[in-house]
Amino acid sequence: MVIIGAGECGTRAGLTLREDGYAGPITLVGAETGDPYERPPLSKPDPDAPPRRIPVATVARLADLHIDFGPGRTADRIDRTARAVHLGDGTVIAFDKLLLATGARPRRLTIPGEHHATTFRDVDDARRLFAGPPRRVTLVGAGLIGLELAAALRLRGHPVTVLEASDRALGRSVPPDLAARIVARHRQAGVDLRFGAAVSAIEADAVILGDGTRVPSDTHVVAIGVVPETALAEAAGLAIENGIIVDATLRTADPDIYAAGDCAVADHPLYGRHLRIETWRNAQDQGIAAARNMLGAAAPFTRVPWFWSDHFDLGLQVAGLPDEGTLTVTRETGPDAAILFSLAPDGRLVAASGLGPGNAVARDVRLSEVLMERGAKPDAASLADPGIGLKSLLCTVGS
Amino acid sequence: MSDWVDACDADEIDAEDVIRFDHGDRTFAIYRSPDDCYYCTDGLCTHEKVHLADGLVMDHIIECPKHNGQFDYRDGSPKRVPVCEALGTYPTKVENGRVLIRIG
Repeated sequence: MVIIGAGECGTRAGLTLREDGYAGPITLVGAETGDPYERPPLSKPDPDAPPRRIPVATVARLADLHIDFGPGRTADRIDRTARAVHLGDGTVIAFDKLLLATGARPRRLTIPGEHHATTFRDVDDARRLFAGPPRRVTLVGAGLIGLELAAALRLRGHPVTVLEASDRALGRSVPPDLAARIVARHRQAGVDLRFGAAVSAIEADAVILGDGTRVPSDTHVVAIGVVPETALAEAAGLAIENGIIVDATLRTADPDIYAAGDCAVADHPLYGRHLRIETWRNAQDQGIAAARNMLGAAAPFTRVPWFWSDHFDLGLQVAGLPDEGTLTVTRETGPDAAILFSLAPDGRLVAASGLGPGNAVARDVRLSEVLMERGAKPDAASLADPGIGLKSLLCTVGS
Repeated sequence: MSDWVDACDADEIDAEDVIRFDHGDRTFAIYRSPDDCYYCTDGLCTHEKVHLADGLVMDHIIECPKHNGQFDYRDGSPKRVPVCEALGTYPTKVENGRVLIRIG
């Protein structure tokens, strides 16, 4: 078994192969150095501490499990005929089953002076951004990473500007009403957040907007989403369309090659179409599912997408796909907490998006996820009524 | 034993639910199972120290509200990644409608 990519997805897959009893050789190939680590904490450091590097598994544990992991190795080429992977150091490793967990890289801007800006993906990016004295930081893009960084930097006392080209924050992943509440919280905390602010050039000490406005800045970070790492798969002749195309069991058209996590666009039985999901839990769950399927389980991956995001004292959690819904029902669960339910035309619950202090909405969003897994069509009036527990709705659906 | 601590009213916790209980500088989670038994564990998840009292109880499983790690709250055993380390558990008893826990 060979796994390319030692992030959350690939590492979980390796651990799962062993936990599920596979005793043969496993090779885990990862370009970064040190222990494979969790990425979510990188953009959410405590205000008075450097970002933490939390291992998915330590190098020592992988060695104990006889998983061949030498940090800092890259894969150059997949030879599908010989069923082997050629590594950058010249090593050739044969595979029976191969998992591509190559992840994604930050999207760049193609504008003059872009090299003055950094991006944010790995632990080195995080340590650089969160080190040093307060300075003016400009974030290009008001997506999840841009706004999480804005909050974390603001809490450390940096003057922060966020420039968003469109007219709203957080794109399609969060309902507009909740996005507006998050924007209000950022502005209240002193973040200078500007919409319709397309960036046309970047200089060493400023970001320049399309209308000529000059935004003075010491550190500029481009956070406009990610691009799936598909080059290896593409060179091997596998089908690519905004990701490596896989079926519901996470298998490519080559029966011995799987793809999972940020790099994979998978047929999702719950939605009847291919989805590429860029969340930590998806990387984890698909890594586990792909490993089991590599061992013969042949089980479709049907988990409801879910993510969380932290903004100052507010915690956001979204289960499902809000833009699949045509009707939105709001449940105000507390003074600063609300859950927006998205319902499809046939009445099915397709998303629950919650925002509130700390983890106030976690339980209800999790219960909503179970409702979605069961294809529930809950009554809109019950969803809107905070006096009716979601658990009681679960009982009416059964399992 | 003198180290039983009066934690809460037995009715304060719904069936299949959890509440937070702080004692001194320690924090705990107290559970009432679907069959009305009471259990107590450490309050903070062994993965990233998130308080479990905001999490969802389903049957005998508590799920971390942030990272979906799961434990069996009866014995603290980890049931789903990313958690791999067990929670501490503490004896409980109900007397005169009050839940007592032994955390000595």
